[in-house]
Amino acid sequence: MGIKWDEFFVTGDPLIFASQIGIALSLVGAIAGITYFKKWNYLWTEWLTTVDHKKIGIMYILLGVVMFFRGGVDGLMMKSQTAVPENEFLNAQHYNEVFTTHGVIMILFVAMPLLIGLMNFAVPLQIGARDVAFPQLNALSFWLTASAAALFNLSFIIGGSPDAGWTSYFPLAGKEFSPGIGNNFYAVALQIAGAGTLMTGINFIVTVLKMRTKGMTLMKMPMFTWTSFITSIIIVASFPIFTVALALMTFDRTFGAHFFTISGGGMDMLWANLFWLWGHPEVYIVVLPAFGMLSDIISTFARKTLFGYKSMVVSIVLISVLSMLVWVHHFFTMGNNAAVNSFFSITTMAIAIPTGVKVFNWLFTMRKGRIKFTTSMLWALAFVPNFVIGGVTGVMLAMAAADYQYHNTLFLVAHFHYVLIPGVVFPIFAGLYYWWPKMFGYMLNEKIGKWHFWLFVIGFNVTFMPMFFLGLDGAVRRAYTYSAETGFGPLMLLSAVGSIILAAGFAALVYNIYWSARHADRNIGNDPWDARTLEWATASPVQQYNFASLPEVTKLDAFWHMKKNNELQPLSEDEVEEIHLPSNTWIPIYMGAVFGISGFLLVFEWTIAAGIAALGIFVGLAFRSFDYDEGFHVHKDEISETERKWRKGGNKGVKNHVS
Amino acid sequence: MSAKVNAALPLEYQTEQNRMNILGFWIFLGAEIVLFATLFGVYGVLSERHAGGPGQSDLFIVKDVLIQTFLLLTSSFTMGISIFEMRRSNKKGMLMWLVFTLLLGGGFLFMEIREFINYVHEGATMQTSAFLSSFFVLLGTHGLHVTIGIGWAILLIIQMLQRGLTPVTARKTFIFGLYWHFLDVVWIFIFTFVYLRGLVM
Amino acid sequence: MDNHSKGFPISHVIGFFMSLVLTFGAAWIALQSSLSMTAVMWIIGTLAVIQAGIQLYMFMHINESNDRIANNINIIYSAFIAVVIVAGSIWVMTSGHSH
Repeated sequence: MGIKWDEFFVTGDPLIFASQIGIALSLVGAIAGITYFKKWNYLWTEWLTTVDHKKIGIMYILLGVVMFFRGGVDGLMMKSQTAVPENEFLNAQHYNEVFTTHGVIMILFVAMPLLIGLMNFAVPLQIGARDVAFPQLNALSFWLTASAAALFNLSFIIGGSPDAGWTSYFPLAGKEFSPGIGNNFYAVALQIAGAGTLMTGINFIVTVLKMRTKGMTLMKMPMFTWTSFITSIIIVASFPIFTVALALMTFDRTFGAHFFTISGGGMDMLWANLFWLWGHPEVYIVVLPAFGMLSDIISTFARKTLFGYKSMVVSIVLISVLSMLVWVHHFFTMGNNAAVNSFFSITTMAIAIPTGVKVFNWLFTMRKGRIKFTTSMLWALAFVPNFVIGGVTGVMLAMAAADYQYHNTLFLVAHFHYVLIPGVVFPIFAGLYYWWPKMFGYMLNEKIGKWHFWLFVIGFNVTFMPMFFLGLDGAVRRAYTYSAETGFGPLMLLSAVGSIILAAGFAALVYNIYWSARHADRNIGNDPWDARTLEWATASPVQQYNFASLPEVTKLDAFWHMKKNNELQPLSEDEVEEIHLPSNTWIPIYMGAVFGISGFLLVFEWTIAAGIAALGIFVGLAFRSFDYDEGFHVHKDEISETERKWRKGGNKGVKNHVS
Repeated sequence: MSAKVNAALPLEYQTEQNRMNILGFWIFLGAEIVLFATLFGVYGVLSERHAGGPGQSDLFIVKDVLIQTFLLLTSSFTMGISIFEMRRSNKKGMLMWLVFTLLLGGGFLFMEIREFINYVHEGATMQTSAFLSSFFVLLGTHGLHVTIGIGWAILLIIQMLQRGLTPVTARKTFIFGLYWHFLDVVWIFIFTFVYLRGLVM
Repeated sequence: MDNHSKGFPISHVIGFFMSLVLTFGAAWIALQSSLSMTAVMWIIGTLAVIQAGIQLYMFMHINESNDRIANNINIIYSAFIAVVIVAGSIWVMTSGHSH
């Protein structure tokens, strides 16, 4: 098998040709720039080989923001194509590719890296730890994700993009109907990303279980730590299913097996079954950490302890179990018997109960609070009504009989965008504005932030609200065009206009990052929001070792109580001890590279070459096995010096940023 | 990253990092359970879809399966003894039992590969039917795990010879032991739900 | 943990003996008895689960570390997910459209 050489690069499309040139130029530009400014050494020692959870978190976030741009452009292309009837901006094939990559990228290379990035940054700080349980494994997780993202994005300039939807249902995704190699990119790149995510899951479970500082019992953990913990459990319980499903897809497509093909006794819907066994829990993997961030942010800016902390914990645990029991609601229309559809209808509706509990908890947290309307808080406030629309339409879809009407219409598309954008993207933005000062030592501009907020929220509603009505009128998803007689034109155009406003909102965020990096005030102290959890008890940006002496916790909202009870004592010289930290390592980035190369060869079905490249993986593992590096110690003098610097003025001269 | 040592515990539990690694590996085994469960589920759905090709009773040979099972069960036992010797600080005994384990594992692997080659000669390949696709991938995944385990243990034996019994090498060997016992558990389910079920059908 | 310095690995030997009995017992029930298929599968399935328990508790020492609660929850939850995946997939894939 394999592919012909003249099909190697995608040719014949001016848009793609322009991107090919653009990518080549920016690569050359980046390499030349780094060389000119002599930054290779800095890049290698400070970032590429780092095992520091904070830097890994920031790299995840960078990856997520870049991928957001890519996925967003895909979305804009879809919206421009369907803006008017019978449009010829994209042909059917190109449209198929664009909606496929939009879905895959937004879920797996935007939502996941951004959330895992924030988890990486904040969770160890919130539990008063100096790093995660396995810092090297953490770096490996990141580099596998980055390598997978690079491989997946390569598809549109080399070899052709996958085009069977982000769900890649068989038989369409099989060799018979998709003979090109596009879908191999899907199977292989997601396999690599999934391996990275699974490692993150294991890492954070152990981190939360074993590395909490003294006094921090499970029921005194900040809510974001709780949700990250539960998310990690769902990752471990569900990602192996996806690993198997993708491997079977590869066996079918590349090695002629018969899992999902119609011939040879395979069952096409078995793919759907496995995909959603993973895919539904995946929704909760992205949404739970977002819920956790909101809980911390709402409690900070309402200046009250989170209402119903225990019921919040019970809800997320319930959600995590129920999330494994609802997968069939994605294919009610398969033609199952009444018992199966009823069972999954009921479990699906049941999951709305703990989610509803959470919504009320957030509302009651704000009740009688002295709310500060920061940008971060605005995102949290906008989340509630928008997410409720997504949730309620979800309950509509959960009724199996009614689902026959909604299935595969734009109503469904509107529903899951109302879940994922308010439920994941809004909280991510809230989290970015909230933790940005902790990451970089300056805040994102609040005024530009409000532009970002209003443009994005209005744009979002204008884009997706019309889709509910279009769907009820019978507009199906994934159709690249429609005739004028359908009457879809006006609402489709409105939706397209909304997407431009949405894009303007994203541009405002990018401009905000640029503006703030250049002009924002650096003198903000360590606690600009008057916050409640431990990450705010140390310097901004956080020093390498996080805490000079590990804090002791007696209550929920530990830092808040420390402030109230004046327990924040200056660090005395004799308290300072040497701190042990892990050394940098080249192995994770090397592993990312060999996984990427081996995966690339496998995509092209050059199986022998892929196998040889995969030997490099085992070489990396062997090096790791023989690596007895003990890490290094930060000296007392250095710690005293660092601590003196940020503690010097206390918060003298710092403006109050939350008024 | 505490390097504090609690000498009252067995070597592999003495440092906090060791305890975290062991817990982490247990969690990983949880993920492995899910992975194999998915393969078993796929096999359960597809096992009666022979597409005109050979079925279970045409292929499986009771005697060979019992020998494979015996080899792997015994290797799990010798692995346990190896860890037992490790806790008595008997490096020599530990290595000896570890080598036995690998030889038994190698014997199992030899039998499995021979079995697969026989099937292919009988015209039963992964491309023949859905049943055989799921059979080969389930068994192959287990066999791949055994193969990786053997390579892993060889690396550990080298380190043990270089460095002797330290908390780090002890922890690594203990974790390898967990892995090996786990593969035995998976095999028991393969033996029961693939071979015995196939022969009863 | 307490018996790790004793001279004879008695629990390992018992575990090994039991696993052999369970394995060959299962084989005998499956191949030599005249029970129905359903009965055979229930019996040998149970024997397999017991044997997995022997490996976990007698060979893998799941209960000896400080994390025994986490370890047990982890394995029990994984087993629950395993049952959901296997039973769920078979139920969903064979109960409706193909019959």
